[in-house]
Amino acid sequence: EFRRFSLERSKPGKFEEFYGLLQHVHKIPNVDVLVGYTDIHGDLLPINNDDNYHKAVSTANPLLRIFIQRKEDADYSAFGTDTMTRKKNVLSNVLRPDNHKKKPHIVISMPQDFRPVSSIIDVDILPETHRRVRLYKYGTDKPLGFYIRDGSSVRVTPHGLEKVPGIFISRLVPGGLAQSTGLLAVNDEVLEVNGIEVSGKSLDQVTDMMIANSRNLIITVRPANQRNNVVRNSRTSGSSGQSTESSLPSSTPNILANFLQGEEESDEEDIIIEDSGEPQQIPKAAPTSESLESLTQIELLHESTQNGFLPSSEMNLNHSAGSISMEYEVQDPHHKSLEEDGTIITL
Amino acid sequence: MRRFLRPGHDPVRERLKRDLFQFNKTVEHGFPHQPSALGYSPFLHLMAIGTRSGAIKLYGAPGVEFMGLHEENNTVMQIHFIPGQCQLVTLLDDNSLHLWSLKQHSGASELREEHRFTLKGPPGSPPSATQITAVLPHSSREVLYLGTESGNIFVVELPSFRVLEDRTITSEAVLQRVPEDYCNRRSCELVEALREHPKNPDQILIGYSRGLIVLWDLQNNKVTHHFLSSQQLENLYWQRDGSKFISCHYDGSYTQWPVSSENRQPEPLENRVPYGPFPCKAISKIYWQTTKNGLPYIIFQGGMPRASYGDRHSISVVHGSQQTAFDFTSRVIDFFIIFSSEPTAEFDDPSAMVVLAEEELVVIDLKSAGWPAVHPPYLASLHCSAITCSHHVSNIPLKLWERIISAGSKQNVHYSNMPWPIDGGTSIAPDPPQRDLLLTGHEDGTVRFWDASGVCLHLLYKLSTVRVFLTDADPNDNMNTLGEDEWPPLRKVGTFDPYSDDPRLGIQKIYLCKYSGYLAVAGTAGQVLVMELNDEDAEHVVDHAEADLLQDQEGYRWKGHEKLKTRDGPVRFEAGFQPFVLVQCQPPAVVTSLALHSEWKLVAFGTSHGFGLFDHQQKRLVFVKCTLHPSDQLALEGPLSRVKSLKKSLRQSFRRIRRSRVSSRKRRGGGGNASEVQEANAKFDQDTLQEMELAPVQRKIEARSAEDSFTGFVRTLYFADTFLRDSSRHCPSLWAGTNGGTVYAFCLRVPPAERRMDEPVRAEQAKEIQLMHRAPVVGILVLDGRSTPLPEPLEVAHDLSKSPDMQGSHQLLVVSEEQFKVFTLPKVSSKLKLKLTALEGCRVRKVTVANFGSCKTDDYSENDLAVLTNLGDIQIISLPFLKLQIRYPCIRKEDVSGIASCVFTKYGQGFYLISPSEFERFSLSTKWLVEPRCVVDTPEVSSNNHVHRSGMENAAR
Repeated sequence: EFRRFSLERSKPGKFEEFYGLLQHVHKIPNVDVLVGYTDIHGDLLPINNDDNYHKAVSTANPLLRIFIQRKEDADYSAFGTDTMTRKKNVLSNVLRPDNHKKKPHIVISMPQDFRPVSSIIDVDILPETHRRVRLYKYGTDKPLGFYIRDGSSVRVTPHGLEKVPGIFISRLVPGGLAQSTGLLAVNDEVLEVNGIEVSGKSLDQVTDMMIANSRNLIITVRPANQRNNVVRNSRTSGSSGQSTESSLPSSTPNILANFLQGEEESDEEDIIIEDSGEPQQIPKAAPTSESLESLTQIELLHESTQNGFLPSSEMNLNHSAGSISMEYEVQDPHHKSLEEDGTIITL
Repeated sequence: MRRFLRPGHDPVRERLKRDLFQFNKTVEHGFPHQPSALGYSPFLHLMAIGTRSGAIKLYGAPGVEFMGLHEENNTVMQIHFIPGQCQLVTLLDDNSLHLWSLKQHSGASELREEHRFTLKGPPGSPPSATQITAVLPHSSREVLYLGTESGNIFVVELPSFRVLEDRTITSEAVLQRVPEDYCNRRSCELVEALREHPKNPDQILIGYSRGLIVLWDLQNNKVTHHFLSSQQLENLYWQRDGSKFISCHYDGSYTQWPVSSENRQPEPLENRVPYGPFPCKAISKIYWQTTKNGLPYIIFQGGMPRASYGDRHSISVVHGSQQTAFDFTSRVIDFFIIFSSEPTAEFDDPSAMVVLAEEELVVIDLKSAGWPAVHPPYLASLHCSAITCSHHVSNIPLKLWERIISAGSKQNVHYSNMPWPIDGGTSIAPDPPQRDLLLTGHEDGTVRFWDASGVCLHLLYKLSTVRVFLTDADPNDNMNTLGEDEWPPLRKVGTFDPYSDDPRLGIQKIYLCKYSGYLAVAGTAGQVLVMELNDEDAEHVVDHAEADLLQDQEGYRWKGHEKLKTRDGPVRFEAGFQPFVLVQCQPPAVVTSLALHSEWKLVAFGTSHGFGLFDHQQKRLVFVKCTLHPSDQLALEGPLSRVKSLKKSLRQSFRRIRRSRVSSRKRRGGGGNASEVQEANAKFDQDTLQEMELAPVQRKIEARSAEDSFTGFVRTLYFADTFLRDSSRHCPSLWAGTNGGTVYAFCLRVPPAERRMDEPVRAEQAKEIQLMHRAPVVGILVLDGRSTPLPEPLEVAHDLSKSPDMQGSHQLLVVSEEQFKVFTLPKVSSKLKLKLTALEGCRVRKVTVANFGSCKTDDYSENDLAVLTNLGDIQIISLPFLKLQIRYPCIRKEDVSGIASCVFTKYGQGFYLISPSEFERFSLSTKWLVEPRCVVDTPEVSSNNHVHRSGMENAAR
């Protein structure tokens, strides 16, 4: 059955409210449903938190097509539909050149059931030749699984080409996190670790920095293979590989600073056991000074964005068809033209 | 974002930082590493030591020290003071000469290099033509005579180093009038020794290596006397009146020659082989010293019977019927005699012999009966036995200081009472602001107490823990008790003894309470000794207690060393620190942390297996806690298994080398013709190259996990009286930090003083904090309500510190190798952190709270953290906000032992080993700065051009 209703584009509200609205409109107050929408490329994408809800509203042009599905009989594989069929050429050629034969579809669980393990971030602020990769170690049993070595790279300087020492990835452990992401490769040059340049630092220093950040490691590399680079300002291919910052509140160059701040608090909470009781995470002390206050605010702000759904590069969903569809219009008082600020990745 | 707008742009704070912090390396303590040359100026009473790294150090009266470094870092071969000047000349092994002078600059003397010079021969001449072997600074102060390998003697003008070619003494000129038969046998000879006539500056004695000695007249440029020796010459020495001289030779003999105007080619007066008749080693240097009573002192280096004593490093002193061969612990570099330098004095009257051996300086008093050694005020051999740990205690109360000195003086009775004979210069440095002790633990189970207050690091007292244990070495095996008729009359001198009887005796941790005089010392085999200062000798039984750190664990086998066996029954201890209780950790692994609370009478100790608390009042173990992770096999088995794996890997690498050699040989052998061999070689080279490329230096990036090895290793222990359970009541507590990033806190109940012996001390675990980054915890500290670190035990009781603020909320600072974290107490919530490693890639190696006073105002001081990182940088981090204040590069990052040895003081100074035998002292404070500041007065130019010859005659080696 179809329903059509309007929503104020500038104030879409929270996902919870929207979810309640849907249940109300369909008169199914106690039925768990999955909500999805089709984006401009025709892909079926989920709506299950504030961020992708807002993203969905912002893509309405001006109509936003919403699909809802009963959770019990939901066909998870419906998400990300069109993408595969249209992008197969691009994707499969690059990612699995040896794998042209169609594989049976794998049942993939809902995006909220995923924990991100890696992502490419800050695509818009980095040169095209660089790639900033984030590895989420927390909670995974997989080892990070890579080695680094000394080496030399060639830089362009005002005095011409110059050979400078550099740090390179020397080995990936099979089955490790680094290898499984496919974002890092042997001989990639490491340029930064969690926002700090490694030039001038020794191999041991860089090792220590990486291990110190191992629970939330952000490495900026110059990939040895430059053919798979991000292509700027192109809209040619699908959006499922869209990078993180499209869901981040800002994409200004201080984004990494933001990241670091957020990381510090979100990644590793020390554990306290009082009087041989249950282990608990150590809470943050109430801010006492002004400077602390402002610090916390940033962290909190950021934490919320982190908990959001981050489309990771691993999300390649397979296809099927939707069941319940619903259309409604979003009113846009400002009629801001829709623009994607994010860049698009060709995988 | 405010955090990223780093502070440091606050001009007020910046100004204050300039008043508080300043980095200086101030002075080097201890004995120069690899000394290579010695010089002495009887005029200035200054001694100079040169080293193989090109350093030159001058020492005079205690506190008078100068240091210079040759840019080339070449070995210093010879040092000669210019007679009657504040100048000296050094000869390096690259054949360059350097002129140094002491000049006064803003009130203090400074050692500066003035000129350098390399002797150049005519074009085409061999390098040996100008290779300098002997240097004679002439008493006229105007010229240097330079003997060379070619036998020519060049004359250079001072201070310009201009070669005066017309005055060169060629070997041809010398040989002209030498008898034909003698001359034929020996032509081209090197100049071994040059000696100026003691009374007539126009005559110099020239000794050539093959035995020819001539007296040269500088006025007439000719030989006046020939002395024809049949033995290869080593050295020469004039008798004071110039009527005789003495020569020493390669075959272990010395010869006296008369000098008179009658006989131009005299026969020797006397020729002796002091340690004959069997073949002897060379006598490389000799002194002939006259005395009032007519019996001369003959002092010579070497000459021992080759077969039986050829390995001894000896200097013999012969005076009438007395003869002693001083037997040194290491090779003798050089020596000199201090004697009357008054030109008018009729006799030499030697007072002391100063010997520079490779590892120590020994001074012998020649005036007192028995020729006892003199205790040097500086140049202490820190490494008599290898240093294994150090501990610094600032501001020692006078009472304790005096008791330690008194205990030490009882150990030094065999030393001479002679005042230090090298007493040139005046120290104008202010008196040290306080009494500081530096304690060094050694491999042989001793602890040495050094006076570290001032420029001279001086040994006050030596404590040995060996007596508590039964060791293989028999204490009665005394090397010095030699009978009357022993020949040669050897006598061991010096303290350098790097050979440890038992490595398990090694001292690993030291903790001294300066208020109570309690000392805790812990060693390699899990032994913890608690000691008390006693001013008298005493004989008593040392109580034993065992701490089984593996209590609740089953089925583990310790494969490391056994515990030390203890002596049964009472043991006699000399005055000083006397152990009264021994706590033995089981398994007997190295003690890795130690803390002592003298007020509560508790001692805490930790190893790689866990930690324990001992009540040394009741002599009762309070509790033990095992920190082992069940999968940590390495820690369980002890160090042995690691040795095994090292051996294994060594074996493997040898095998690999052998295999590659074999295969290369095979290839070489297999090839029939040359080109094939070449090809095979090329291929082999390529293969090895490829192999090298396949295995570059790489580092694994992996998060730490709870299963890593040695996570249970206890790195730090800390006592604090703080709020552990609730915010209304504070209580004694013990904190422990492990290698795996865990912090344990135990609540202690110490009975009040009146019931201290009746009720037991109780402990209960109150908290356990697991740092998620799992880096080793290297420091724990509690800050009081005013954010001031808690005072040391008994500090408040002695009115030396304000009592801590127990009203406001306390904070806990945990320092791991990677991060600094502040938590609130009693409810642990995280408040602040500084992620050092994530930001800079360096790790914390040492951390201490230091108090920094402002150099501008007396009433301002603050506490900060002084941190040494694995890169050798020192950082100062503010408390309690953990802001980086300043960073100084201090130690090379490759100098691992230097970084490991670093110890900070409570007032912003520190020490680290720059060699096994030297501490570098540095200061981070503008206020507390201990550095030499001294004056050496320029001697007045005497009307008499003839200043008496230098007592330090060159060895011309």
